[in-house]
Amino acid sequence: MPGPRVVVAMSGGVDSSVAAALLIEQGYEVIGMMLRLWAEDVTAEGQACDTHNRCCTPDQLRDARRVADLLGIPFYVLDTREVFRQQIVQRFIDGYASGLTPNPCLACNRHIRFTHLLNHALALDAEYLATGHYARLQRADDGRIELLKGIDESKDQSYVLSVLRQEQLRHALFPVGGYHKTEVRDLAQRFGLPVASKHDSQDLCFLADGNYRRFLRQYAPDAVRPGPIMTTAGDILGQHTGLPDYTIGQRKGLGISYAEPLYVLAKDTARNALIVGTIAELGQTALAARDVNWISGEPPAEPLRAEVKIRYKARPAAATVTPLPGDRVHVRFDAPLRDIAPGQGAVFYDGDRCLGGGIIEQALDES
Amino acid sequence: MSLSRTVYLDYAATTPVDPRVLEAMLPFFTETYGNPSSIHRFGRAAEQAVEDARERVARILGCTPGEIVFTSCGSESDNLALRGAMLTARRDGRGQHLVTSPVEHSAVTQTAHQLAELLGFAVTQVPVDRHARVDPVEVARACREDTTLVSVMYANNEVGTVQPLAAIAAAAHQHGALMHTDAVQAAGQLPLDVRTLGVDLLAISAHKFYGPKGIGALYVRNGIALAPSQSGGGQENGRRAGTHNVAFIVGLARALEIAYEEAARHNAHYQQLRDRLIDGILASVPDAQLTGHPRERLPNNASFVFQHVDGNALLMHLDLKGIAASSGSACKVGSPEPSAVLLSMGFDRTWALGGLRLTVGRHTTDEDIDYALEVIPDAVERVRKLGVAG
Repeated sequence: MPGPRVVVAMSGGVDSSVAAALLIEQGYEVIGMMLRLWAEDVTAEGQACDTHNRCCTPDQLRDARRVADLLGIPFYVLDTREVFRQQIVQRFIDGYASGLTPNPCLACNRHIRFTHLLNHALALDAEYLATGHYARLQRADDGRIELLKGIDESKDQSYVLSVLRQEQLRHALFPVGGYHKTEVRDLAQRFGLPVASKHDSQDLCFLADGNYRRFLRQYAPDAVRPGPIMTTAGDILGQHTGLPDYTIGQRKGLGISYAEPLYVLAKDTARNALIVGTIAELGQTALAARDVNWISGEPPAEPLRAEVKIRYKARPAAATVTPLPGDRVHVRFDAPLRDIAPGQGAVFYDGDRCLGGGIIEQALDES
Repeated sequence: MSLSRTVYLDYAATTPVDPRVLEAMLPFFTETYGNPSSIHRFGRAAEQAVEDARERVARILGCTPGEIVFTSCGSESDNLALRGAMLTARRDGRGQHLVTSPVEHSAVTQTAHQLAELLGFAVTQVPVDRHARVDPVEVARACREDTTLVSVMYANNEVGTVQPLAAIAAAAHQHGALMHTDAVQAAGQLPLDVRTLGVDLLAISAHKFYGPKGIGALYVRNGIALAPSQSGGGQENGRRAGTHNVAFIVGLARALEIAYEEAARHNAHYQQLRDRLIDGILASVPDAQLTGHPRERLPNNASFVFQHVDGNALLMHLDLKGIAASSGSACKVGSPEPSAVLLSMGFDRTWALGGLRLTVGRHTTDEDIDYALEVIPDAVERVRKLGVAG
């Protein structure tokens, strides 16, 4: 009698390959599936490209297929190029065009992996969809599923999973979340998987060369127009090459000379202006976030104390999170925080437990 | 994976090698291993086998042995026919126009595309009707003074429609053009007599009629000059260089012989199973249509479209139930593009993404069809509920 059926989202990389192998060992009936996502057609433009940074290349497809063959599981490619292009790539472009710093992985996990792919898995009578994410799940006493950080904190990916709802988490499995990356590589070796030494994949998988500035110029030239570099007081200090070229908190490469080092504070899309200031102006004490998802399924009744990550690799910062109507929150940090970038996720933690998160709408200065 | 049953319904993609064919091939790997081009006795023995095979193939095609060229596959045969005829015609100042149809195998469409894009030939595609049939009148209308070649397939690989080949060939000849046909899907099931068909060039491939993969042939009517598809040592009358694949040539000939000795019996078997599939699926699946001609179709082909169904997702569901099928041609896995063949037949996108091709063969049983008819309707409904991506 085979165990429950599970679909593993395979990428050809080490994490999802080991995830599949672990599930087989645990007695599941495993089906491998690879999402074919939209990516730039590099040959058309003839640009050089760093293939480590592209998803769904013929090499990755071959790797995933080889792993599936080796494990003796069925393997299918699900073509999601069109949905991915519309829902993820276009929103990424639109986000940058409106001065945001979007994180497409959040949207991809919610709309592509744990909607589109999960629906396919469920239609195949699978009970679970597994991925190679470093995160853990735990069933609480009341039956709800809790999302925990991966054991390997340096690889933890709960940030990009904070968008998942209970009905998605109920069908999710993250088999490598209980391991350190080095252990996962060892496991790959033990399972005889041919991917043990491969690189980690990067975000922005759809870029040909990892260069989103070049990408935006090519696909959304209107979003990258030169404009003024201004102080908060409105003094024009120079010209910028296009707002998407800069990141919040950036110091180097502004091309202006000033008495003190200057940092990017904000992007004013209405005036197409890059707002810069001194280190003293850099920290902000609060933020507003929208489209907030609470892992438990409902917002807390009271403001709560939490550690908040304002980007994937950010250090968690102590804060008070106040739920607001309309799936919004106000987050007040105990100490001013640098580099709050609208468009990124703000994700709330209680220790290892991910409580949820939202999309940063605005950094606020309430000191 | 625990499968209650596996059912292969993709005989149009490929067939298993008939054990009698394999047996005929084996001595040529280890015993009669000479190079047919060699002067010595080893070479002569191998050459004899190749020439014997050529005679057997010629007998079935109703031509002379010298009119048969062995190639590596059906695609190569098509490539040789199109490129060879067009390049030679240009050299001799005999035209530069190719007429073909929108439902050809990619071996023809891609070669035609290359001839147009890279080499500046003119290519006209005549339309097809909703059953994928080419109208000979349209072919006559498309032909010009400089038309060199008309290439229309004998039977379609996706939807199984059989073309009115003799009438199309007559139209081509009236305009002084040569007639090529891709008979890869037809070979083994439909008559292959080249005189009756009226064709000048005809491509076949052994693995579609229970022979091995990697061997094909092209009939080239006497007197037609063809630039070689591959230049070199001058084998095959200078049309296809490369050491003869003796064992596979023997295999192709044996497979073709068996297929035509037993065609009546097999075709009756196929037809009965095919009609059960067609009737059963049309009766049990809503928003389904038969694709291809209702009567003028291959005995073994039952093909359908289902509205608002992702054909590739359907194949995945069927595979997990042990049923091997295809959404059209085996060469297009994982593509979200609607089938060009279905589009050219007038199906819109909501239908053309949902193709399913079921092709039966010698080993298909009534129980296989029972199982397919039990599984397919449910799978279609599940996939339909998921919607079509994009």
